[in-house]
Amino acid sequence: MLDLSKYQSIGAALKDALEQFADEVCLMEADREREKERLTYGDFKKRAEPLARTIQDANFLAGDRAAIIMTNQSKWLISAYSIFFCGGVLVPLDYKLTPDEQWQLLAHSDAQVLVTEYPIWRQLAASPGRGTTLSLRQIYVTEAPANADLAGAQRWEQTLTKVAAPVFVPRSRKEVATIVYSSGTGGRPKGCMMTHENYLEQCVALTSLYPFAPGFRYLSILPTNHAIDFMVGFFGPFICGATVVHLRTLRPEFVREAFPKYKITYVSLVPLVLKNLQKGLQARFAALSSSKRKIFDVLVTVNKALTKSQPRLGLSRLLLKQVHSGFGGELRAIIVGGAFSEPQTLQFFYDLGIPVANGYGLTEAGTAITVNDLHPFRADTVGKPLPGMEVRIVEPNADGIGEIFVRSKTVMSGYLNEPELTAETIVDGWLKTGDLGRFDPAGHLQLFGRKKNMIVTEEGKNIYPEDIESVFESLPAKEFCVFAANYIWPQRSMVGEQLVLVIHLEPGQTLTGDLRKNISLLNNRLLNYKRIHGIILFEEDFPRTASLKIKRNILAERLAKLDRAAAIQSL
Amino acid sequence: MRTIDQTTQEILDLAAKHFNVPSGSLAPDDDFFKKLGIDSLQTLELLSRIENHFNIELPDYEVQGVSDFRTLASRIQSRL
Repeated sequence: MLDLSKYQSIGAALKDALEQFADEVCLMEADREREKERLTYGDFKKRAEPLARTIQDANFLAGDRAAIIMTNQSKWLISAYSIFFCGGVLVPLDYKLTPDEQWQLLAHSDAQVLVTEYPIWRQLAASPGRGTTLSLRQIYVTEAPANADLAGAQRWEQTLTKVAAPVFVPRSRKEVATIVYSSGTGGRPKGCMMTHENYLEQCVALTSLYPFAPGFRYLSILPTNHAIDFMVGFFGPFICGATVVHLRTLRPEFVREAFPKYKITYVSLVPLVLKNLQKGLQARFAALSSSKRKIFDVLVTVNKALTKSQPRLGLSRLLLKQVHSGFGGELRAIIVGGAFSEPQTLQFFYDLGIPVANGYGLTEAGTAITVNDLHPFRADTVGKPLPGMEVRIVEPNADGIGEIFVRSKTVMSGYLNEPELTAETIVDGWLKTGDLGRFDPAGHLQLFGRKKNMIVTEEGKNIYPEDIESVFESLPAKEFCVFAANYIWPQRSMVGEQLVLVIHLEPGQTLTGDLRKNISLLNNRLLNYKRIHGIILFEEDFPRTASLKIKRNILAERLAKLDRAAAIQSL
Repeated sequence: MRTIDQTTQEILDLAAKHFNVPSGSLAPDDDFFKKLGIDSLQTLELLSRIENHFNIELPDYEVQGVSDFRTLASRIQSRL
């Protein structure tokens, strides 16, 4: 592993990694059962430098912004490295957003370069949002069919013909490396400005617990625009000379096959996928004959006893050979993130000898704040603070539960173009997370719900209710707003989060079947994970500020007096 | 060559079978996430079944953002 304390920027560290590990395999890419490509670090450099030179020749300067909207694949990482090489600021955007949302974030980030895939570009180019992004000067599209209309873009692959070498542009630790949108595509985009230092420090902390080395293979499934995959599916493995495996389809059967085929060492998953994996395994165990099942249960019990204080991978692989060979026999840990995981799921995997590295983090804090160190494994907590993280519980109640504050070199420098929001969120160097937690006597952090009006889905999507209200604008009612139900009625729980639509009808108006139907229709316009689950009828005027904005906290206090179960009518 | 209506009907039948709901209980404009109460992962499982049935390969990006059977059918029809 490179000594990151010697480096000033992501680009400089990656540049040295490409030299140092030139002959190691850096990327493998498969489409279904077919392996499409295998690149060494040396090959990676040869692909990245022409793109760097191409964007430099088109007058891309240090500090300019360049966005990537791509599924997980080799060209994502190659393009990102080219951007860092030129001293650019990377804007990784979610390929699952709608074209309008993507244009909105491209405009907000003031991106001058866009690298994307043809199927995504086809939708973007046809979207009316295109006119809003005036800053965009260079667009590179990968994998476009030969006769495709590129609508003003250039072919990414054509850049490979560039012969002249690019000029490396150094950056310093405190300068912005990326702008990562944590959420908020409706009303108020929240672009976290992450510095080079944020990544360098986080990488040192994470690899101290979960190391990479040449020969280790990371299966990249979580979108690379997400902070976790960027760290453990790009920067972390690269500075250690490890291999990243990309799959071009995420169908469960091909993902399952990839584990034994590529002898995967680490994988990151969202809780929803982990739970599905659990269900699949449980179904397989249930299908065992009763005698086999008895033997299996004994082996699991023995494994549990032997791994009580720490994982013993070699032993677990021997004891539960069939389970482990299904995962390729080399798996060291499943990293789970993006949302809260239920303890029983984590315990299920640990009992099989597969440690799950669960933790707690948010983009604003640079990926992870706490991670389970597995000594011993604790399914009921999100682990201890990583090295270099100061975590405190503010204004704890009688049970010790209060808001989690974090101070660390990994905390973002602020939200792009939002000085007020930044000042509200980072106070005297402490990041206010809006999450509620407490430390147990062993120093492990436990989470107890949220103080803020938002939800996180099991797929790791952050949703701010304010952002989805515009969909209901045409609703014939006096006024309405959307809340996270757990914000109104705190639950002390991180699961079962739901969104509710609070409606104040006009005098004499009633909630008719037609109105319900109308709400359902509007709701269906939202992506499935952003939809509301229920309606609350409220009979008073909403409290508002002088500028007529809804005073959400006061409205929530009033709603809290209602009985939750009786107040929420299902759609 | 199938007509779009035939393709749609075959998809509805496959979905009903896969998720174990009465055949005929699904309609082309149904939102499959809502109607079947499934998540995106379960949708991918259904897609694999559909691919086998029609003997085509449907890249993940083709079904990005699709949530009703009618749109799904049109994406499949264009690859038949």
